[in-house]
Amino acid sequence: MKVFNSYIGRPMERVEDLRMVRGRGTYVADVNRPNQLYAVILRSSTAHGIIKSIDSSEALALAGVHHVLTAKDLGNEVPLIPLRLQPLPQLEPFHQPVLADKKVRYVGEPIAVVIAESAAIAEDALERIALEIDPLPAVATRAQAEAKRSVLFEGHGSNVAITWKAFRGDADEAFKTADYVRRETFRVQRHAAMFMEPRGFVAEWDEAAGKLTVWGAAKTAWYNRRTLAAQLGLELEAVDLIEVDVGGGFGSRGEFYPEDYLIPAAARIVGRPVKWTEDRREHIMSANHARDVECDVEFAATRDGRFIGLRGQIWSDIGAYIRTNGSVGPRNVAQYMSGPYCMEHIDLKSSMLTTNKTPCGTYRGPGRYETDFIRERMIDLAAQDLKIDRVELRRRNLVADAQMPYTLASITPYDSSTELDSGDYHAVFDRCLKEFGWEERSKLRGQSIDGYYHGLAIGSFIEGGAAGPKEEVRLVLETDGALSVYMGSSSVGQGLETIMAQIAADAMEIPYEKITILHGSTSYVKDGYGAYHSRSTVMGGSAILLGAEKLKELIQQTAAQRLGCKSEEVVIDGEQASFGGNHIAFAGLSETPLEVEAAFFNKKYTWAYGTQAAHVAVDPGTGHVKVIDVMSVEDVGRMINPLTLHGQAIGSIVQGLGGAFLEHLVYDDEGQLLTGSFADYLMPTASDFPSIRSVTLELKPCPNNPLGAKGAGEGGLIPIGGLMANAVADALSHLNVQPMELPLSPPRIWQLVEEAEAARARA
Amino acid sequence: MKPPIFEYASPLTVAEAVSLLASRNGNAKVISGGQSLMPMLAFRLAAPELLVDLKHLKDLGAIRIGEDGVRLGARVRWCDIESDARLAVSHPLLAEAIKHVAHYQIRNRGTVGGSVAHADPSAEMPGIAMTCDAQMKIVGSAGTRIEAAADFFTGPLQTSLEQDEILTEVHLPAWPAARRWAFLEFARRKGDFAMAGVALYYDLDSGSRITDAHIGAIGVADRPIRLTEAEAVLNGNQMSDKLIAAASAKARQSIDPPSDIHAPGAYRAALVATLLGRGLKKSAA
Ligand SMILES: Cc1cc2nc3c(=O)[nH]c(=O)nc-3n(C[C@H](O)[C@H](O)[C@H](O)COP(=O)(O)OP(=O)(O)OC[C@H]3O[C@@H](n4cnc5c(N)ncnc54)[C@H](O)[C@@H]3O)c2cc1C
Repeated sequence: MKVFNSYIGRPMERVEDLRMVRGRGTYVADVNRPNQLYAVILRSSTAHGIIKSIDSSEALALAGVHHVLTAKDLGNEVPLIPLRLQPLPQLEPFHQPVLADKKVRYVGEPIAVVIAESAAIAEDALERIALEIDPLPAVATRAQAEAKRSVLFEGHGSNVAITWKAFRGDADEAFKTADYVRRETFRVQRHAAMFMEPRGFVAEWDEAAGKLTVWGAAKTAWYNRRTLAAQLGLELEAVDLIEVDVGGGFGSRGEFYPEDYLIPAAARIVGRPVKWTEDRREHIMSANHARDVECDVEFAATRDGRFIGLRGQIWSDIGAYIRTNGSVGPRNVAQYMSGPYCMEHIDLKSSMLTTNKTPCGTYRGPGRYETDFIRERMIDLAAQDLKIDRVELRRRNLVADAQMPYTLASITPYDSSTELDSGDYHAVFDRCLKEFGWEERSKLRGQSIDGYYHGLAIGSFIEGGAAGPKEEVRLVLETDGALSVYMGSSSVGQGLETIMAQIAADAMEIPYEKITILHGSTSYVKDGYGAYHSRSTVMGGSAILLGAEKLKELIQQTAAQRLGCKSEEVVIDGEQASFGGNHIAFAGLSETPLEVEAAFFNKKYTWAYGTQAAHVAVDPGTGHVKVIDVMSVEDVGRMINPLTLHGQAIGSIVQGLGGAFLEHLVYDDEGQLLTGSFADYLMPTASDFPSIRSVTLELKPCPNNPLGAKGAGEGGLIPIGGLMANAVADALSHLNVQPMELPLSPPRIWQLVEEAEAARARA
Repeated sequence: MKPPIFEYASPLTVAEAVSLLASRNGNAKVISGGQSLMPMLAFRLAAPELLVDLKHLKDLGAIRIGEDGVRLGARVRWCDIESDARLAVSHPLLAEAIKHVAHYQIRNRGTVGGSVAHADPSAEMPGIAMTCDAQMKIVGSAGTRIEAAADFFTGPLQTSLEQDEILTEVHLPAWPAARRWAFLEFARRKGDFAMAGVALYYDLDSGSRITDAHIGAIGVADRPIRLTEAEAVLNGNQMSDKLIAAASAKARQSIDPPSDIHAPGAYRAALVATLLGRGLKKSAA
């Protein structure tokens, strides 16, 4: 039977799952090499200071300790971590050295690496390293940064690294004449991706072959390979980075961190394989933080509720250094503040502040989560001020289908112009209201039931995806008729193997079971970009389509010789090549595998979009918020697999709820991290948010790739902060409670209630 | 997060355990369920030379219920309390409070003795011990002593236990069938240590007046405390909304909880008042 185009769109179970649930996954902690040693990292417990001395002699005296690596061992210049994205020269002074060199700038900064027979011995040795640091005043808040309590990089003279400017139209002029202007300050707390499996590496140096192999790569293996090879002075071919199973990434895992250099370098120095497994405390202080944003913004509209403009200043606290992708959040928060709404006049500045805290990077929906909180709060405040229903106000301002493509604000100093590609924003908005049951539930607004006040909110969002410039694949039709697909995309647990097999099966018209997706080694294809910016499906999947076309041509050519016809006369159908009643099965078609390479190039982002509605109930006595329902409706252009997509959407929403209510990396004024474990850094747990629903539509395919797909999977969380704050405000509207800051922790809500009640008592 | 090197012993008698503790001059520690101690070792916040495991002291694992109340052996686990149907009658306040302790896995290991000896100011079991005038049975080199909960808890994670002493039993006095009670706490997530919690009970005299009110609070001081001023508001009076409001207001005034990263002290004080008000209503329903 012919199986044509039957996999894309089907809820195929993940091929990865059987392996995982049977305990046969291989995570980096499962990788062991003969004769391996263990590395443990000495990290600064001082937020800011000058390293006076490091004395490792007592540590080295401990039985089982092989080496203690410090900055001195790394030659005259300690390697710096380069920027993978937006590599602006003016950011060079803020690059992080792989080991603290003379100065420490955050709690958790690597100072030395102990290599020993076991991790326990290495930890014993850590306590014996005599470290002398002269503390400097720390910068832990915006006020301290602006007052220059210290300047982190003296040469620069200020704690403002750079300022991004997003602009469109003429904001100053527009604000002068606007009917309605409201100015507010908002704040989103520092939090971060806490994937279930912390990071880790096993590195092995083969002296005889001059070859370095590193297990534990993720996300951007090719870029990291180039960086590492350059830092170690090795040829690209001498370095192989290998991806194994990973327990989550969310933007944070797989970026080039100090350990990406330190563990391979250590293996080379000691001449034995070295293994490092990050523990949770290390993860919390060393992997990228995110979302630490404050702003002072103005919003302008006409009396009848047409949005006019956004203007103001944002401060993005980037921590002590700028690492690989540290500009993305600060840029996005300015460039995408207008979201899915028409906004003619924009003048937003986003300053990147250096502080003595862990460096920040991208975390699912970078900058968007923050900026959607700001914008959606502003819209609800405007609705209240203008006395226009907030559903109607949003409807009036969503970008219309006819306005597509719709250009977003321009941005400097690193141009990344982009336009909303396609969409029926209104249709999705209306569908969300319907799925959610807005009308019916509206009766509950402001009501108190069993001590809980009920509230609703709605908000729309856009989700950029498919960052370029390209992705490569190599397709191999094996002699037995099976298809191997080698890819440069990488898996961070999003079901890559399943989705790519679906796409390849349809493209080659062969059964799904006959396809093997191979990713995870920098030797599989020449170049690869990886998994970020919701790009794998669109970029890798489109490359597969192009590769399939080429492979079919090669099959036609090969078969033509045997069938005695021209290649264009060969018909490919049902795993065979045919001409004039003669058929040659793919199995046995050729004595050697048939192989093609293809690359998909694209610089235009895809823009998935959606609307979410929420129903919460608030206990003003405890400040507790019960999330009763979250409904998410999004259009992803083309849905490859509804099962994995909904898993992504719901998981993403839960992460968003974590950020809205629970997760907070708290520092004191001296730059000490106070939330060093999961006892204090609160993650959402299984029982916290039971009711989340997701509906996916395919209204408007993406015009910029052959699949018609749009990057998806980050989207779910983008509107959640704003949605929850608006729902809480709605529930407590009788008190006019207006949250301007996340997280919506019980004490914060209680405080707002107390203040509102005090204000009412005064009035 | 690897624990430092330690020696390990699992004695067969309490006497042996005590002498092992005594032999190390403060450098030995009892391990019971390990649910608080193991994380402390992994974080290297504690580094005892020797761990003395109580796992073979089977006798300490019993829940004994008699005329004079409930006796919980130090090795009684949360899940043992949870699954003991007798407690719903013999000590409903205890049964209700323990439902709030931690998560499934931890409840399968964590013990009464470990919790009381650890003396976390937010923990439920110390709160119940304090509220119910529990008597602690303690065995050391000097012999056996009995101490009232009020004297046992001395500060944050501090008790009157000497370095060579083992807590063997917590005795909760008998529970009259008609007793009114409530336990309420508020935690950020299910299973977390409470931001604050209130345990209360009282009896009614022939005129429906409150007698012998006991109100305990957790999470609001350096140790579990009794809210004696609020108790005084209740005693001798009939329950009413006005009385509840007065007792709650008194509770809020009478405490001064410390602030930490999770909440300002003022929030915890207000929370205790809220929980007390709700608890009193519930107890009267
Ligand atoms: C994630 C998590 C959540 C938790 N949530 C809660 C919660 O909500 N409420 C709560 O109350 N607890 C909670 N706990 C703590 C848990 O209940 C612990 O089990 C308990 O506090 C300690 O009991 P243990 O038997 O594990 O003691 P251990 O960890 O073995 O010992 C704790 C301390 O007590 C000493 N000790 C133990 N037994 C004795 C004894 N018989 N005599 C003298 N000293 C002794 C030990 O030396 C040690 O110092 C939580 C723990 C975790 C990991």
